[in-house]
Amino acid sequence: MSGVRAGLRRAGVALVALLVALVLWEVVKAVVPDTGVHLGTASLLPRTDDRAMPHVWDVLARLGEAESGARDAPTVLAATLSAAVFTLGIALVGWALGVVGGLLLAVLMQRWRVAEHAVLPWVVLSQTVPLVALAPLVVGWGGRLELGPLQWERWMSVALIASYLAFFPVAVGALRGLQSPTAAQVELFRAQAAGWGRTLVSLRLPAAVPHLLPALRLGAATAVVGAIVAEVSTGTRGGIGRLVVSYAQAASGDPAKPWAALLGAAVLGLVAAGVVGLLGLVLRRYRTAEVS
Amino acid sequence: MRSIPVPTGSRSGSTTSAVAPAAGAPRPGPAAAVRAVGVHKRFRTRAGVVTALQDVHLEVAAGEFVSLIGPSGCGKSTLLRLVADLEEPTSGELSVFGKAPRVAREAQDYGIAFQQAGLLPWRSVRGNVELPLELHGVGRRERAGRARELLALVGLSDFADHTPAQLSGGMQQRVAIARALAERPSLLLMDEPFGALDEMTRERMQTELVRICAESGAAVVFVTHSIPEAVFLSDRVVVMSPRPGRISAVVPIRLPGTGERTEGLREDAAFFAAVTAVREALHGGAAGTPAVAAPETAAGAPRGVDLR
Ligand SMILES: Nc1ncnc2c1ncn2[C@@H]1O[C@H](COP(=O)(O)OP(=O)(O)OP(=O)(O)O)[C@@H](O)[C@H]1O
Ligand SMILES: [Mg+2]
Repeated sequence: MSGVRAGLRRAGVALVALLVALVLWEVVKAVVPDTGVHLGTASLLPRTDDRAMPHVWDVLARLGEAESGARDAPTVLAATLSAAVFTLGIALVGWALGVVGGLLLAVLMQRWRVAEHAVLPWVVLSQTVPLVALAPLVVGWGGRLELGPLQWERWMSVALIASYLAFFPVAVGALRGLQSPTAAQVELFRAQAAGWGRTLVSLRLPAAVPHLLPALRLGAATAVVGAIVAEVSTGTRGGIGRLVVSYAQAASGDPAKPWAALLGAAVLGLVAAGVVGLLGLVLRRYRTAEVS
Repeated sequence: MRSIPVPTGSRSGSTTSAVAPAAGAPRPGPAAAVRAVGVHKRFRTRAGVVTALQDVHLEVAAGEFVSLIGPSGCGKSTLLRLVADLEEPTSGELSVFGKAPRVAREAQDYGIAFQQAGLLPWRSVRGNVELPLELHGVGRRERAGRARELLALVGLSDFADHTPAQLSGGMQQRVAIARALAERPSLLLMDEPFGALDEMTRERMQTELVRICAESGAAVVFVTHSIPEAVFLSDRVVVMSPRPGRISAVVPIRLPGTGERTEGLREDAAFFAAVTAVREALHGGAAGTPAVAAPETAAGAPRGVDLR
C-alpha cells in the first residue's frame, strides 16, 4: 500500500531530522565556549556548560535513573511516561471536544453567511485571550457546577481548556474546506435537486477532507500544548505539565532532569500528531488533488 | 451525390414554429421541452446593470436538437442556466415541459453537462455516473446496472474503477455526459461540453451524441462556438448576438437523403451550404440581410433562414 510506504518514509525522514538535531546540539556544545558569546554586555549565544546544555547521553542516562532519593521512587522514564499518558488522555478528550465544536461551528458558518460574519471575528478574538488568565476562570466555573452525581474534576477543566485551543484551527480549516467545492460542483448538486444536507454529506464534507486533515493535526498539537499549560496554571497533578515544573526546580543540581521531561512533552505532541496521521490513512480516498 | 433536401422529420418535430414572438397564450398540444416567452435577464454588478438577455423567444419541441451559437458574452450560458433554474429570469415566462423551471428541476426532467466536467475527484468513474441516482435513492443493484449501461454507451466500460484524475479530458467529459444521461432525462442541457476536446475526439463525441439522442429521444439545448458542430448536430441553430444578448436568427438545418447524421454528412454539399448559412447569419447579424441563400430556400421549402 503506497500510503503505508509513504508514511514509513516520512517517519524515517523525521528520525533522521531528530538525529541531526541531536548532533547539532553536541556540535554547538563543543564549538561555543562554555560561557557563551558576548558582545559587550549583550549575549549573542547562550552558555553551553553542562548545567545549561547537558550532554545528550547524560539526559538519556538520567531517564534510566531513579526520579528522587526516596526508596520506592520510579525512574525518570517511568515517571515521564505515566505523566505523558495522563496528559495524552486529557489532550485527546480536549481534541475530540474541540473537533466536534469546530466542525459544528464551521457547518454553521457555511450554512449561514451571516453566521460567518458574526462568529468568525469572535473565533479569531478568542485565541488572543491568554490561557493563563482563562484557566482559573474555568476551574472556578467548573467548581460551581452541579451535575447530579457527576463531580466536576480538575482534569475536565484542563480538557476544556485544551479544546478551547484545538477548536480554532479545526473551525477555520473546516470552513475553508466546506467552501472549497467549485461553483460547477455546487450547481451540479442543485441541478439534481439535492438539499443542503445531502450536499453537505456527499459534496462539502468529502471536499473538506484535504483542508481538514492539516487542521486536525494542528488541533492535536495545540490540544497537547493547551493541556500542558492548563495543567500548570490550574495546578493539576499527575500530568506532564506538573512534571516539567517540578523537574525544572531541580535544574541547578540535576541539569539533565528537566530535559528529560521536555523530551516527554515533545514525544507527546508527536504521538498526538501520529494519531491524526492514522486518520489520514483511513481517509486517503478523499485526499485527492482537485480535478475540474 | 445529389439528393433533394428533405426535412429531418423524425426527431425534429419541425412543424413547431421557430419562435413565438407574440405574448404567450399557452399553446395546445403536447408541452414543448423548453418554451421561453419574452425572457429578460439583467445582472446587477458593481459596474452597473448588465443586460445578459433581452426579449428572448424560443421554443424547443420534445426530441428536438437546438444549438445556441453566438459571440462570447451574448448570453448563451445565461439562457441555459435560466432553463436549468440555476438563475431566475428578470422578466418573461419560461417553462420546461409546461412546468416552471424549478418544478422541472425538482422533477429531474433534465440532465446537464457543462464545459467543466465537474466530476468528484474522490469518486470512481462509476461512482460519478451513479451520483444522480444515489442522490435520488435508487437502490445499489439498479445503480450498478445503469452505470454499466451508461459506461458502455460512452465507451468507458474498462475505466469504471479509475478515478477522474486518471482520465484524459475527453474521457472525463464522456463521464460527465454519462452522468447527465443517468436518469433518462427527456431534456439535455449542454454548455460547450466538447469545448476542451481535440478535433478528432470532438467529431467522434458528436457522432456518439447523435446516436445517444436518437436512442433516448431526448430534446437537447446545446451551446457551442463551432459552426460545423452546430450544423452537424442540430435540427435548428439559434444565432445570438451580444449587447444586449438576444436571438438574431434561427437557421433550420435540413439534411439530404434520409436525414441521417453520419460521418459522410460532413463532406456533403448541403452540410457546407448550411455552415455558410449559419456563418452569414452570425456575421451579418440581424441588420438588413433579408435573403441569405440557404439551400433549403432554393429547394422551395417554406422556411429558410429566419431572420428577425
Ligand atoms: N452572475 C453574473 N453576474 C453578472 N454578470 C453576469 C453573470 N453571468 C453572466 N453575466 C454577464 O452576462 C453576459 C452573458 O454571459 P454568458 O455567460 O451568458 O455569455 P456566453 O454567451 O455564455 O459567453 P461565452 O461564449 O463566453 O461562454 C455577459 O456580459 C456576462 O458578463
Ligand atoms: Mg458560456
